[in-house]
Amino acid sequence: MDEKPLFDGSFSVVGGGNYDNAGEVSTSIKTILKKMGLPGDVVRKVALVSYEAEINIVSYARKGMIRLRVVSDRIMIEAIDEGQGIPDIELAMQPGWSTANQKTREMGFGAGMGLCNIKTFSDTFHISSEVGKGTHLKIIINTNSSSLQ
Amino acid sequence: MDLESVIKVLNLKVRSGEDKLKTEVRGGYAGDLLSDVMANSKEGDLWITRQVHQNIVAVASLKEHAGIVLVQDSEPAKDTLEKAIKEGIPILVSELSGFEVTARIYNLLKKTD
Repeated sequence: MDEKPLFDGSFSVVGGGNYDNAGEVSTSIKTILKKMGLPGDVVRKVALVSYEAEINIVSYARKGMIRLRVVSDRIMIEAIDEGQGIPDIELAMQPGWSTANQKTREMGFGAGMGLCNIKTFSDTFHISSEVGKGTHLKIIINTNSSSLQ
Repeated sequence: MDLESVIKVLNLKVRSGEDKLKTEVRGGYAGDLLSDVMANSKEGDLWITRQVHQNIVAVASLKEHAGIVLVQDSEPAKDTLEKAIKEGIPILVSELSGFEVTARIYNLLKKTD
């Protein structure tokens, strides 16, 4: 990727099951993209994907960060965390599969839909994970380049 | 139909977002699983839920919902209300069950199609 990004920034996410500020990073990302003049449907797609990634960090990792990069024709989102990691990615990608605890489920999280949602709403989705170290998501959402200033 | 009209017909109690009541309600979505609501609700929907914790505000804000309807006379938690006021998200309370309030809103919106 040689093109100079129109935006490149990272946001740290507090993990450890603290949901007090969950969603704040995604809200910031949405505000940035809106200000850049991206179309509403693209902004909402990125907001959804980053929200699910953010909630996963809050729910399952000690801490993490979300990096947002915008170039003329696509938006790249990376979610990198330090945490328990995923032993079986294939299983984790199955709709409804979840290792969430009771507290998380009672709040309406942990329904085993997060990673599936991310994959569904992404144009490119890549996940890698190492048990005991953490998980790394790479997501690309294509935009209409003419919509960017 | 705007939010104000829905509030009047269903006799909803307004807990936040008083200045957003002219917002157009384009549809509705009922659900307590946040990922389900994130994936399937639409912009301009009224979101009907039993969840009262503060994370519902982020979901409604990210999805650009017209507002949140809490069912069974559930009141928003204190931090939920604070967040909703800050972000300008209307939170409305109904004494009806989720089933009934969903049906009423559905019929109301269908009538004005």
